[in-house]
Order: sequence, then structure tokens, then C-alpha cells
Amino acid sequence: MTRYLFYPGCSMEASALEYKASMTAVFRALGAEILEIEDWTCCGASVAPVMSDLLGLALPARNLAIAEKMSNGRTMVVGCSACFTSFARTNAAVADPTALARVNQALEVENLSYGGTIVVRHVLDVLANDFGPAAIAERVVRPLSGLKVAPYYGCQTVRPYASYDDGQQPWTMVPLLEALGATVYHHLQEATCCGTALLTTKPEVGLRIAGSILDAAQPADCITVVCPMCHMNLDSYQDKVSRVLGKMIKIPVVFLPQLIGLALGLSEKDLLFKRHVVPVEPVLTKVPA
Amino acid sequence: MATPEVIVLTDIKRDPAFGDRLTPAGQQLRTCIQCGTCTASCPSASAMDITPRKMWRMVQLGMVDEVLRSKTMWLCSICYQCQVRCPRGIPLTETIAKLKQLAIQQQIKQWRESTHFYLAFSDVMRRYGRMRETEFMARYFMSTNPFEALNYATMGLTLLRRGKLKPELPMLRGEGKLARLFDRVAELEGRK
Repeated sequence: MTRYLFYPGCSMEASALEYKASMTAVFRALGAEILEIEDWTCCGASVAPVMSDLLGLALPARNLAIAEKMSNGRTMVVGCSACFTSFARTNAAVADPTALARVNQALEVENLSYGGTIVVRHVLDVLANDFGPAAIAERVVRPLSGLKVAPYYGCQTVRPYASYDDGQQPWTMVPLLEALGATVYHHLQEATCCGTALLTTKPEVGLRIAGSILDAAQPADCITVVCPMCHMNLDSYQDKVSRVLGKMIKIPVVFLPQLIGLALGLSEKDLLFKRHVVPVEPVLTKVPA
Repeated sequence: MATPEVIVLTDIKRDPAFGDRLTPAGQQLRTCIQCGTCTASCPSASAMDITPRKMWRMVQLGMVDEVLRSKTMWLCSICYQCQVRCPRGIPLTETIAKLKQLAIQQQIKQWRESTHFYLAFSDVMRRYGRMRETEFMARYFMSTNPFEALNYATMGLTLLRRGKLKPELPMLRGEGKLARLFDRVAELEGRK
């Protein structure tokens, strides 16, 4: 059995709990065991590097150091693209021994020390390249035939640290969605930014950015995402976006592991579809159980 | 727009070493050829007072005040498009974090709606070790514009109903979960 360490991060534990629930259920169904990092704390997201250079490395490194103690050679899987970027950025920085020593000076107060050995991978990478479309297709019991799915990668899922895909024209979701029997609806905003915090701090700008993605994907039956931030921005703000764009926008936004879980025959209840702001029922009724 | 078309460089205070201090790009910023790929790639360039290309030129010229007071960095959503497309390979996106850091340290008053977002987020991290979305948003709106929160009331209620937001009581006493690490970092950086 393949074993992974798992860092959920703050969003997957709260607003995006359905992402964590569906991801763990899918990993289990595909025969992988997940071990959650003990006593993990926030990765610092894009905020810590703004507070200080060292804090921007020390907050992710605290979790990497704990992961290293538990690892036994295991890879660490991350579902949130902002967390993925924080860890990848930190690993790149601590390749320099001087930076690593300084980070460890800070971690002394937590009785931790990081050796720089933890390999961090995005859940999309693991689904596509460890399990792979063929193994997933074999287990499909409820094909998503006739369902038009618009993939949306966003920014930090594929930029700048993802070695598994192209940062400009990502493709990793395509064979996975096809393995589920779905039809891929391509649009021109698959790797544009969702607007991140601008939807809160500069709504007049952020809502238009999110709006351009929703508008481009609208002809599909749903959008699929692999990042809690993308999900929050695309799912929760559709009323506000409709007002700003002056046209009705309504499209369900689901996490990729929720779609995989659906096709693998996992229960709709366990995949937590009820938590979404835009109802997912139209998607579920389109796929015969 | 906010900056006049003609700037007489001898008339303004400049610090030519400004760019060199902006990590991680530092001296690489000197190699910028002003091609404008950053501006063309930026999803919020049209809302900026100074476009990314122009801002990096002003950095080269050492126009510290003009750059740190601009809205540009606060409209960056950290999407890394300019960084991966820069033909000079300059880590532009990650260098924007340094500009934000300097603007916050110098307590520049403009754009409070952005600086307070970072400060509130950082406070919540220090106290609880993890993000608490409900308390974070409450703190953020209280410190900027409490009335703005009303615009989010309907959405907030929907998120609560769906179980997406957890109502949690704030814990304002006791040492924060990450306080020791925050303090240690400040000490190592000579800020304490």
C-alpha cells in the first residue's frame, strides 16, 4: 500500500472541508494510506513573507520539520495550492545551507530542526501521476458520461513550482476527467488567477477577475478546481459577480476529488456536496447513479 | 495617471541602491529591459496607478517614495504570471512581497484596506497557529471599514448555513500558539 504524509492546511480543515473529505475518501478507495502531519500550523500563505523574510520561511519550515520526523521516506501531499507554493518556495530557499541554518535557529524555540529532505507534491500531481487515469478508469462504476466539465487550475497550482505540468497551458486534469467518462470543456481562463484576496480587499477589481473565469466556463455543466481559495472565490461570489458583470452567472464549482469520488461510486453524502453555495444538484442528476 | 508624464529626475529624492535591496530579485532588477511582458500578463494592471513595467523602471531609478506609495503592489494577486514570463528570469512576483513588507514597516497610510488584511491575518496566525476565517474577517472589517462588512452579510450567512464558516469564540488571553516562533524571528532579524 502506498503511504503519504498529508498536510491539510487551514482552509481544507474549515471552509473547504469537502475537499479534504473527498480527497481522503478517494485516496482510500484507490488503495493509498494517508498520515496527517501532527500538530501542524498555518504555512504562512502569501502573508508571512510580507511580514518578514525569515517568517516566510520559518512558518512553512515548522511543518516540514515535523513531517521529516514522521516521514520514513514518505512524500508529503498538499491540496491547497497556496500551501504547496509556500512549501516549494521554502524547500528551494533552504537548498542554500546558510538559509537553512538561519531557519533552524528560529525553529529552536519549537524544539524542531529541518534537514531539507521532505518532497512536497500537489494532490493533482499525485492523482495524475501516481494513481494515474488508467487505474482510476478501472474503478469507475458511475461514469460521468454527458457531463461537460470545465477544468480550472488557477495560478499557484501550476506556477511557478509545479514540475508536473505547464505553468501557462496546463493539461493534467484532462486525462483524469476523461478517465471518469466526462467531457472536457476547454476555455481560455484555465490558468488565470482567481483574484485571491482582491475579492475582499479590492472587490471592484477582484470580482471582475473571478467574473472573467466564470463567464468563460459558463457553457459547461460545472467547473472543477484543486485549490480551496479558487473554490471560495468562484463558488461563493457568484451573486456579487453577476451584479458587477450585469449578467446572470450560475455554475456549480466542485473539487476534482469530489468528481472522482462520484465516479468511483462513493456516497454523495460523504463527498459533502451540500456544503457548496451554488447547488450541485444539476450535476448529480445528470449522472445516473 | 498618478505620476506625471515627464519626471525631472534631478528634482526628486532618489536612492539608486533601492532595487538592490529588494530581495529576492535584488541586482537582477538592473537587467530589466522594459519589454512590458509583466504589464501585459498582469490580471489587474488596468486598475493600477502605475503599471508593473513602469514601477520596475521607477525602482531602477530609485524612486522609493513614489513606488512605496503606489497602489500597484496591493493589486498584485501573486499569480506569478509576470515572474514565469519575464524574459530576464527576474523573480518579480516574489519581490513584490518585499515591497509590501517595506510599505507596512514604514507605516504608509494609503491602502489601509490592503495592509490591514496582512496585519489581521498575521495576528490570527500568531494567536491560534491556524487561520480562523470568521475571526479574521471580523478583525479585518473592524480595522478598516465596519460598514463594508454589511456588503458581505448575506454571503456570510449563506457560508454559515452551509457549514463553511465556523462560529468560534475568540481566545484573547494566554500566549499565542506561534508567539514564541514569531518573537524568535523578530529577535533574529533585529526587530526586537
